[in-house]
Amino acid sequence: MFRQLSERFGHPLAMAILTLLGMWLIVMVTLPQLQMIDYSFRPNLLPAQRGGPEDGWTLGNYVTLFDNEIHRAIFFKTLWSSVLVTLLTLVVSYPLAYYLAKVATPRQAALCILLLIIPFWINEILRTYSWFIILAFRGPLNEILLALGLIERPIRFLSGDAGVMVGMVYAYILFMVFPLYNAIESLDDNQIRAARDLGAGSIRTHRRIVIPHAKPGIATGCIMTFMLAAGSYAVPALLGSPGSRWFTQIIYNWFFEGGNWNQGAAYAFLLLVLCIGFMSLVMKFFKVGLGDIAK
Amino acid sequence: MSSQRLLAFGLRFYITVFFLYLFLPLMVMAAATFNDSRFPTITPWDGTTLRWFGELAADGGMWQALSNSLLVAAGVLCLAVPIGIACALFLNTVSSRGKPFIYALILSPLLTPGVIIGISTLIFWRQFGVSGGIFLTVLGQATFIAAYVMLMVMARLQRFDRTMERAALDLGASQWQMFRRILLPYLKPAILSAAVIAFLQSFENYNTTLFVVGYDTTLTVYIASKVRTGLTPAVNALGLILILITVALAIAYEVKRRREQAALARLARV
Repeated sequence: MFRQLSERFGHPLAMAILTLLGMWLIVMVTLPQLQMIDYSFRPNLLPAQRGGPEDGWTLGNYVTLFDNEIHRAIFFKTLWSSVLVTLLTLVVSYPLAYYLAKVATPRQAALCILLLIIPFWINEILRTYSWFIILAFRGPLNEILLALGLIERPIRFLSGDAGVMVGMVYAYILFMVFPLYNAIESLDDNQIRAARDLGAGSIRTHRRIVIPHAKPGIATGCIMTFMLAAGSYAVPALLGSPGSRWFTQIIYNWFFEGGNWNQGAAYAFLLLVLCIGFMSLVMKFFKVGLGDIAK
Repeated sequence: MSSQRLLAFGLRFYITVFFLYLFLPLMVMAAATFNDSRFPTITPWDGTTLRWFGELAADGGMWQALSNSLLVAAGVLCLAVPIGIACALFLNTVSSRGKPFIYALILSPLLTPGVIIGISTLIFWRQFGVSGGIFLTVLGQATFIAAYVMLMVMARLQRFDRTMERAALDLGASQWQMFRRILLPYLKPAILSAAVIAFLQSFENYNTTLFVVGYDTTLTVYIASKVRTGLTPAVNALGLILILITVALAIAYEVKRRREQAALARLARV
């Protein structure tokens, strides 16, 4: 590795590159993760007890989750809701990505992409906060529904999981649109035309031509969206209520309210395992590799 | 109407609704800034006012949070940009059996939830007696922002014509001169874009920051805490200002990018 680098850039520069890379990968990426995993397998001890007889590896922190019915329920709710958010986002994004890539003229597409980028650059907190205003008990959505006579009493949108999920689809949609757009854009228009000429209808063209081609994009979008949804703290904190807590909020409480970092580390590791599991599943299902995701 | 045309019409309609969905919430939030109501809402409309901008400007906590955010972003730029560049150069140069593993490791921060990056950073530095604050926020954020920088620099580096490099060396340039005079100028646009993105990513980060920020606050953490406690339309005023800055930046960035593309297209024709 060093030989190849120093042949191209010379010794000093090769050293600098390897130092920066090594420092980042070891001190910032790998060691903290390993430390977190190590923490999760140790009991929460007082400083005086460290190194004592109780200071050893244990599964205790993981048993806590299994024994705690509420936490277990929230874990699975986070899993299912994140899957649902991912699917919803996919369904909402696909027509848009297809339009951008294949239907719109280059000028229209460029304008739409600029319009898409703007909210994407705006703070996640602010994007979520704007939904907080809309969904409020006396907010505009309730007022409109009341005025239209669709409901008789205002609805408490902010007290269940629905508000959280609406906010998440809104917050993460662009992580789905762009990978999809990139994938569909690389499809040769002639393939779509050929399918039409051979008598395939719209649905069939999508099912047999466009979607199979867009697989890497679908996989990337789903992985990113799921990871963002499952790991989201801002959206449930702002749009949820105590009754619709997210797993990340439980983790936060272990750290900053329960004061049990070991327990928190175990929960965090489980969240990481969940995300890695989902990612491997999607990659296997769509038969794509890590190289396709980074495009 | 034939089914083909009906479908095309349906798609257009969908696109319109989609963009309404994308922008209406932001407009509602912006509008609520000017409502003379104690709570941030647009219904009922209690009269138009600019007083929330005044209240925002008088809020010392906000200014402190803003200066912290800028400090953190500056720190992140200093760390993440060099790391990202080094990483791209490494991947572009080295081919060995260990590379797929290193590549996966490099991408891993992008696929890890932000809260976990924050948590692991917090836990790791505790053994050295470092607790949450600006320093850890810089480290935590730079961990994944460096990977974004790498992707953007890499995209340009892959289109680099290596014969230019060889030509420079054949003409007697040292390797350092080649890097300094050929490769770095070539990468400059990508590095600048990456720096802009890195700055924004850092400025608006919440999930990672929340765990490593300790008793300090960044602007994003400040906004979130305001939303949950003591909410007034002053938050909207801040949001509106941030949105306007973002829109201006996004447009400037896009215009610059298009000019470059047009210039490239002209070059390609010659």
